[in-house]
Amino acid sequence: MAAFDEYDPTPSDDELEAHLQTRNMVVNLGPSHPATHGTVRLRIELDGETIVKMDTEVGFLHRGFQKSCENVTWTQVIPYTDRLDYVASLHNNFGYLTAVEQLIGIEIPERAKYIRVIGAELHRIASHLTTAGALSMELGGFASFLYAIEARDIITDRITELTGARLTTNFGRIGGLNRDLPDGWVEKVEKTLVKIEEFAGEIDTLLSRNRIFTDRTRGTGIITRDDALSFGFTGPCLRACGVDYDLRKKKPYWVYDRFDFNVAVGHNGDNFDRYYMRVIEIAESIKIVRQALDQLPGGPVMVDDWRIALPPKENVYNSIEGVIAHFKLVMEGVPVPAGEIYSATESANGELGWYIRSDGSGRPYKLHVRAPGYQLLAGLAHMCEGKMLADLIPTFDTINMIGGEVEQ
Amino acid sequence: MSTYALDQIQSQLPGSLVERYADRPGDAWAVVDRAHIVEVVKRVKALGFTQFISMDAVDRLHLEPHEQDPRFEVLYFFRSVDRNEEVRLKVRVNEGEDIPSIIDVYKGAEWGERFVWDFYGVAFAGGVKRRILMYEEFVGHPLRKDYPLRGRQPLTPERQIQDIFRGPGTNGVQD
Repeated sequence: MAAFDEYDPTPSDDELEAHLQTRNMVVNLGPSHPATHGTVRLRIELDGETIVKMDTEVGFLHRGFQKSCENVTWTQVIPYTDRLDYVASLHNNFGYLTAVEQLIGIEIPERAKYIRVIGAELHRIASHLTTAGALSMELGGFASFLYAIEARDIITDRITELTGARLTTNFGRIGGLNRDLPDGWVEKVEKTLVKIEEFAGEIDTLLSRNRIFTDRTRGTGIITRDDALSFGFTGPCLRACGVDYDLRKKKPYWVYDRFDFNVAVGHNGDNFDRYYMRVIEIAESIKIVRQALDQLPGGPVMVDDWRIALPPKENVYNSIEGVIAHFKLVMEGVPVPAGEIYSATESANGELGWYIRSDGSGRPYKLHVRAPGYQLLAGLAHMCEGKMLADLIPTFDTINMIGGEVEQ
Repeated sequence: MSTYALDQIQSQLPGSLVERYADRPGDAWAVVDRAHIVEVVKRVKALGFTQFISMDAVDRLHLEPHEQDPRFEVLYFFRSVDRNEEVRLKVRVNEGEDIPSIIDVYKGAEWGERFVWDFYGVAFAGGVKRRILMYEEFVGHPLRKDYPLRGRQPLTPERQIQDIFRGPGTNGVQD
């Protein structure tokens, strides 16, 4: 009984503060999980709800993009580029073509440059709408996802009229574009822009000042400016950290130096800033498209050089020069001189860079694509380690990695 | 095109740049000596080129005969946001030679180096020697020019459930 009398039921301070014996748990997110839009596997070691270590495993969507491109002619590469960033495929088409044109050293017609700007900016809007919509859906706001997809669908309709396909556009050829704008397209785009403004406004109103949304996104997934640069972040994700760098302003290609638009720059580098960069960029892209439609010049959309552009059909059927030019282009491909180039354009998610090596034959010797999402995904583990598991999902959404371009 | 960074490197670290040239559109390139790459890259970063852009490699097996040795060319791209300039570097290595890793200088280089190892079989000393897009059991390096376009891979045996690492704990075995 003596021992029982000595027992004091109140725990001492040491006992209360004692570390509870727990084991870290490993959770696999993906490769096929609704919140990983691509097929990416995240192996997460958890201590309670805190991520201790995260390992990102990619490659489930690898299609041998580079190897395929090395074995086809320069023009046949264009459909492969559709499948890189399949949300905004015109960026890939035009980015690739611009790199090849710079290597050959040709200047494309003014009208083609304007149409490239219009197409690229429309797809930038579509990509940003998808990002904002998917982010809100995964945080529980289904309505704004529907608004975003509705708006994206109208853009897809315009892209279909322009290129003939919803997603795999295969638009543009080396030296310009394969076809001009369809009749009445300009007026349709003007009407579409008004609708998109409404939908984007709805999304902005529903999300940007929404308490639940801001609580989940503000202060989560933070990356500092130095780390972002070191990891190779580009585009909206880098600008959210306060780096004012946009290739459209800093190294203007096509006719971007003729438009009046602002570059959105954040300062916190968190999920909310990355989301808000996109909201602002939608408005800026609408401004660019409007100006481009106003300034749209007439004239041809393809260079007048039969070594690069297919000759008109009447020349193919009625002249020997036309037949030879047509035959050589189809059988041997565009003669790209031997040499190398690194060229980059600003795609929806950041810098889409191309290192091209040509050995003078009709096929690329080496085609490296610097996908913006690849470097963003490389930094994901750094952004999430030591943070809560629930914050992983908005972080994964706002970097907007696209399986097609990351896993090539 | 500006050659600011390369001029600085050449004066600060004489002997580290093997060759300098301009490509067809006029951008400056430098071929860096393999042993000096970490030193050069640190200097490049100190000059303000803090943004890592990309890494890749070229297999020169099918180029002109005088260009075939050394066989591989590893490419490095960095950018200075303030100067609005890029640096393009190359390191040339032969089969079996490894390159000092730069992941301590640029964090994004880890995935770049893993890509080069995965697709070209060029290893990085002090780096992470792990495939990135292909699976671990893959035989060979698919972007080498001597890897066939329609190459087949051997079937890999299915791993036993006990051999799959599923995290700390009893690994599915009931005690």
